[in-house]
Amino acid sequence: MYCQQGKFYLDPWSKVDHAIISHGHADHARWGMKHYLCHTDSKAILKQRLGKDLSIETMPYNKPRTINGVAVSFHPAGHVIGSAQIRLEYKGRVEVFSGDYKTQPDFITTPFEPVKCHSFITESTFGLPIYRWKSEDAIQKELHNWIGYNQSQNRTSVFVGYSLGKAQRIMSLIDGVDEVFVHRSIHNLNEAIASSGYKIPKTQLLTADFNKKDVEGKLIIVPPAMLDSRMFKRIPNAATAICSGWMQIRGNRRWRAADAGFAVSDHADWDGLISAIKATEAEEVYVTHGSQATFSRYLNEMSIEAYELKTEYGEEELANSETKTADA
Amino acid sequence: MKAFSNLISAIEITNKTNAKIEALAHYFKTAPDKDKLWLIAIFTGKRPPRPVKTTLMKEWCMEITGLPEWLFLESYSTVGDLGETLALLLPEPTGQLDLSLHEWMTELKALKSKSDDDKKAFVLEAWAGLDQQERLIFNKLIGGSFRIGVSKKTLVNALAKYSGIDANRLMHSIIGKWSVDDLSFEALIKGQHINYDNSKLYPFCLAYALDKELDELGEPEDWIVEQKWDGIRGQIVKRNGEIHIWSRGEELVTSQFPELVEAFSGFSNDFVIDGEILAIKDNNVLLFNDLQKRLNRKNVTKKLLAEVPIGFCAYDMLEDDGDDIREQSMQSRRHQLETLFNRYTLPNNIKLSHLIAFKSWNELPEIRSNSRQINSEGLMLKHKNSSYHSGRKKGDWWKWKVDPMTIDAVMIYAQRGSGRRSSKYTDYTFAVKKDDGLVTVAKAYSGLTDKEITEISQWVGKNAIERFGPVRTVKPELVFEIAFEGIAFSKRHKSGVALRFPRIARWRRDKPVEDIDTIESVKQLITSP
Ligand SMILES: [Zn+2]
Ligand SMILES: [Zn+2]
Repeated sequence: MYCQQGKFYLDPWSKVDHAIISHGHADHARWGMKHYLCHTDSKAILKQRLGKDLSIETMPYNKPRTINGVAVSFHPAGHVIGSAQIRLEYKGRVEVFSGDYKTQPDFITTPFEPVKCHSFITESTFGLPIYRWKSEDAIQKELHNWIGYNQSQNRTSVFVGYSLGKAQRIMSLIDGVDEVFVHRSIHNLNEAIASSGYKIPKTQLLTADFNKKDVEGKLIIVPPAMLDSRMFKRIPNAATAICSGWMQIRGNRRWRAADAGFAVSDHADWDGLISAIKATEAEEVYVTHGSQATFSRYLNEMSIEAYELKTEYGEEELANSETKTADA
Repeated sequence: MKAFSNLISAIEITNKTNAKIEALAHYFKTAPDKDKLWLIAIFTGKRPPRPVKTTLMKEWCMEITGLPEWLFLESYSTVGDLGETLALLLPEPTGQLDLSLHEWMTELKALKSKSDDDKKAFVLEAWAGLDQQERLIFNKLIGGSFRIGVSKKTLVNALAKYSGIDANRLMHSIIGKWSVDDLSFEALIKGQHINYDNSKLYPFCLAYALDKELDELGEPEDWIVEQKWDGIRGQIVKRNGEIHIWSRGEELVTSQFPELVEAFSGFSNDFVIDGEILAIKDNNVLLFNDLQKRLNRKNVTKKLLAEVPIGFCAYDMLEDDGDDIREQSMQSRRHQLETLFNRYTLPNNIKLSHLIAFKSWNELPEIRSNSRQINSEGLMLKHKNSSYHSGRKKGDWWKWKVDPMTIDAVMIYAQRGSGRRSSKYTDYTFAVKKDDGLVTVAKAYSGLTDKEITEISQWVGKNAIERFGPVRTVKPELVFEIAFEGIAFSKRHKSGVALRFPRIARWRRDKPVEDIDTIESVKQLITSP
């Protein structure tokens, strides 16, 4: 997405000079830009994922900066650590690019704040009324029950979720129940996040040659790419839970012989999308990421002017195995 | 309904048959008898007719949620199941209802004759008093399938585990004629309504794949050779005028094949014969694909009866007018089978397996290579002195398939085609079992009809779990038989094997995912001829 007046791009897919990045997921933060601008908490994440030598500038939430006459500011998106909605103001007209967002508060991410604007660019990953999440407390209770059941059967609880966002969210949900081990890709991100002063729960690194006795009956978090790996197979008495919004649908829970599926998502659910859009009071809404056609049609029927916007977000085609699947 | 709801959760979360049996057995141990009886009725298709039309349920849900119809339908097509769609769309419950399974079923039975207004009041009250999972189950109790992979065989094995009663006897009991109203759970599982002696089957005698040269088998005249038909192995049990048909999987399938019941009713003798259930039309054996259209149907329509008529090819005789003759030699059993068949004018669809005449072993390879043309899978070699073993025994029964290089695998990825076919998913990736998970073994493009591709594409649309570019990860549910020209160990492949020229031989709609090959069984193909 290009801002002509400001001469910068938002979450660009091809190499450009000035990129403003909403958050660290691979379909938003790509390699090869000359200069990056992101939220303070995203800097370490970007460096960890894209390379140490990036030229990165940062901004906190709610502190505008003017770029070529355009006032640019970040506002909490509640999606993952450091995720921001990007607000642009020029000659009194305000546009907000949501990136990815989640309206429901959790225990670790800075909570979403709606921003009034004229035009709002929204995601729609879960833009169907069948997607409605439980409260964070209810989810926590479910996870704790599951762990309790596993421990009564001497089983190790293994959670599967993406390294950035989902992993830290799971950490916050199961913190204090027992020792938590995380895969190296999560561990590296955790270290990066902690180094910038962000408080996250304590975890231990699951080394490649981990001792089975050390982890038996404990809690482990791994990214989806690990599911078929030899290391994964070595986990003694594993009970596996996939944590993803797609798990809302019963058939999906049987995927890959997992023992459980929890609908834990970093994205807004149906009610969240609608309440967020209403709160912006936007005159026009552009819909990206997921259910564009359905969701924009519904908005129009509710007398909210909406358009589909074809982007490649969500359609991640990176060869990189860790990031090749959509963050959900 | 909490206990039933927990049972369903426990079953649907696993695709391991043993875990399902465990969960069911636990239910049988803990639930009240009336609930157990209903559970069996529901899982064997003996439930009362649907009391509320689906269109009404859809209407009421739209009224409560205020959603437009197109959005309701969009949701439905994503979820793929009406009962579940309703459960997900309805608002949070406002109260709590706690009725047992049989209480719900009794209410639902009574609901059938009530007015639409009464039905609506009842359903809305139930929806408002049940949580999401219970609501889903309630919707399923009204009508629709649970689709959680509980076959009659699984149910019966769980009942056997719980009660200690023989599984095949239980199979006859639950399949037989009974109704929840006139039988107790105890009476049902003890089989008070059936005469098990009339249906009892024998364990099937199974063959190993030929793993040596033909001339190592000894003298050709000591062997009988026949076609290995590609149908469903079955046992026809006729005793005291009753006919029962068992499949290889030890399920009673009598009601699925009325032609066979009719044909064998013409025999006045009692007998048990082993053979192949086949689709036979104008004296030709049809493909297994055609036969599949007749499997696991509740009602066999006239149209289907005409389109895919069923026949039977008899291989062996196990019981002759009440005498168990399994210990007699193959030759003698065959003789008695011929005597039985010669006594009657056989209906067109009943055949006696043809014995292939040959003098020397080197005549067989050519005969085998022609098998495919008559829709046979290859040849069976049986020693003339062999008895009818229970199960598998190496040495005197061999199967010698035309193309031993096939495996059953499950689709895990689907990719859009290019150019003209870009609207369809045409390229698939398949996996077999490895430990508790799956491992990719082959990619295949060709082998399906356009109609099948269209159907699969629609299925992929509804069942995609993840996407990256044009590729969709799908629920591992669709099973295919993959044929290939060769197989070798490979370090480059994650599975450890490489297949040469893999292609889709057929879509196995009849096979559950639990029954696909394991990576070990695939590797075994490498050493066999
Ligand atoms: Zn994201
Ligand atoms: Zn995204």
